[in-house]
Amino acid sequence: MIQVHNLVKKFGDFTAVNNISFTVEAGEIFAFLGPNGAGKTTTIKMLTTLLHPTSGKIELDGLDPTIHQYQARRTFGIVFQDPSLDSEQTAYENMELHAVLYKVSRKVRAERIEQLLKRFELWERRDDYVKTFSGGMKRRLEIARGFLHTPKILFLDEPTLGLDPQTRNQLWTHVKHLNETQKTTVFLTTHYMDEADRVAHRIAIIDHGGIVAQGTSQQLKQQTGSESLEQAFLALTGSSIRDESATSADQMRQVAKMWSPRR
Amino acid sequence: MSAIYILWLRELKRYVRSRAQIVASLGQPLLYLLVLGFGLGPVFQKAGNGSYLQFVAPGVISMTILFSATFSGIAMLWDRQFGFLKETLVAPVPRIEVMIGRTLGGATVALIQGTLILIACLLAGFRPAHLSLFPLAFLMMGLIAIVFAALGTAFGSILQDMQGFQLIMNFMVLPIFFLSGALFPLANLPRPLAIITRLDPLTYGVDALRGVLINASHFGFALDTSLLCAIAMAFLALGGYLFSRIQL
Repeated sequence: MIQVHNLVKKFGDFTAVNNISFTVEAGEIFAFLGPNGAGKTTTIKMLTTLLHPTSGKIELDGLDPTIHQYQARRTFGIVFQDPSLDSEQTAYENMELHAVLYKVSRKVRAERIEQLLKRFELWERRDDYVKTFSGGMKRRLEIARGFLHTPKILFLDEPTLGLDPQTRNQLWTHVKHLNETQKTTVFLTTHYMDEADRVAHRIAIIDHGGIVAQGTSQQLKQQTGSESLEQAFLALTGSSIRDESATSADQMRQVAKMWSPRR
Repeated sequence: MSAIYILWLRELKRYVRSRAQIVASLGQPLLYLLVLGFGLGPVFQKAGNGSYLQFVAPGVISMTILFSATFSGIAMLWDRQFGFLKETLVAPVPRIEVMIGRTLGGATVALIQGTLILIACLLAGFRPAHLSLFPLAFLMMGLIAIVFAALGTAFGSILQDMQGFQLIMNFMVLPIFFLSGALFPLANLPRPLAIITRLDPLTYGVDALRGVLINASHFGFALDTSLLCAIAMAFLALGGYLFSRIQL
């Protein structure tokens, strides 16, 4: 379903993704693990037509997302790592806008929005502006929105960041359910090894832009002689802590906070 | 089509909901209208050009539309930084539809702002020559709005941060306003200024609006309208192209 060959992304001198190759079969849950700044999000951006690769080849359901952008976008849905909601609209309006963009038919739209907002316990707040929501509520809304339509491929970029265990549980239960009933292919990244261990069929570990190991959780543990996936991960990527530099987006958020206390 | 509609609607909702911003954005044009309109009135009259308020009103309306429309396009910067832009860029909708929805939304908001200022002009004593040409005036205002909303989208597509925004405002939008003949007559200008004003798209917008509202067009209605239409097409194409190439 997803095929990646010798994918490279360079920003100036910096190589964010360095010659990676992997395949995700249809109906598979594939976890992409790596420390901060390893190239996970850059890879997802290239897979989802937000970034052009420097070189290499990608296929999504047989389509090259660099050439057939629009067709490729019809095959997937994505939950982003960082916020992507419209804070000046209500929770319900955000859901509705997404449903229209993703061509969820008018008949099922209202019903599905209600169902998802209830499941993620946002139904009572549906008519409140997103800018009044707490961080956790925003995350929940992003996730609820991501499940509004059922794509062939679902990208989840650190979906559980900042979520409480209840919501995390809801999320993974839903993902597994989709995978089993709709045969949805899932490509996810996370920092929580227990989650990857629990839901992923196969795992790839990426560090400094390159894939250092891939296989089932069992294979990775055996390969490194570790008892847990976390130990295997540390054995493969080392224990030094990585820093990500602040992006212009972070700086803008600072400025925005200064200028408009409402946001 | 429904994607265009929902994104257009979003721009409108944002406008209606930010009342403080509506009031704030009307302040500057009102200053120009009242202070210049009445302040320069006597001099203008003495020079034999008639009422300055009559003359400057179409200019101030055009200015309101220019600022509002360009700003709505550049406001894409916020959507980029706060993430909502991503949501629309990965959606299974041709990017040109996303761009058109946003641009028409911005143009509609600008048209509303322009209409509010037109009403303010009427209250201040502005009297259009032919009331029957009012619908045509709205058409011209709409055309100006589309031209600059498309230009704003083009800028918004390439800008990455606030510094760029300041640059565009100071070196593009303000000169477009000042060089458009919104504040002064185009006749008998020094040659360099005459040439520059003719390169400014807003010149033809202001002139068309003057033609319709106070029956005083410099270039003629046909030339103004056809040029504005051509510029609108060109800017829409440019905006669409740059928007479709956005990478995040």
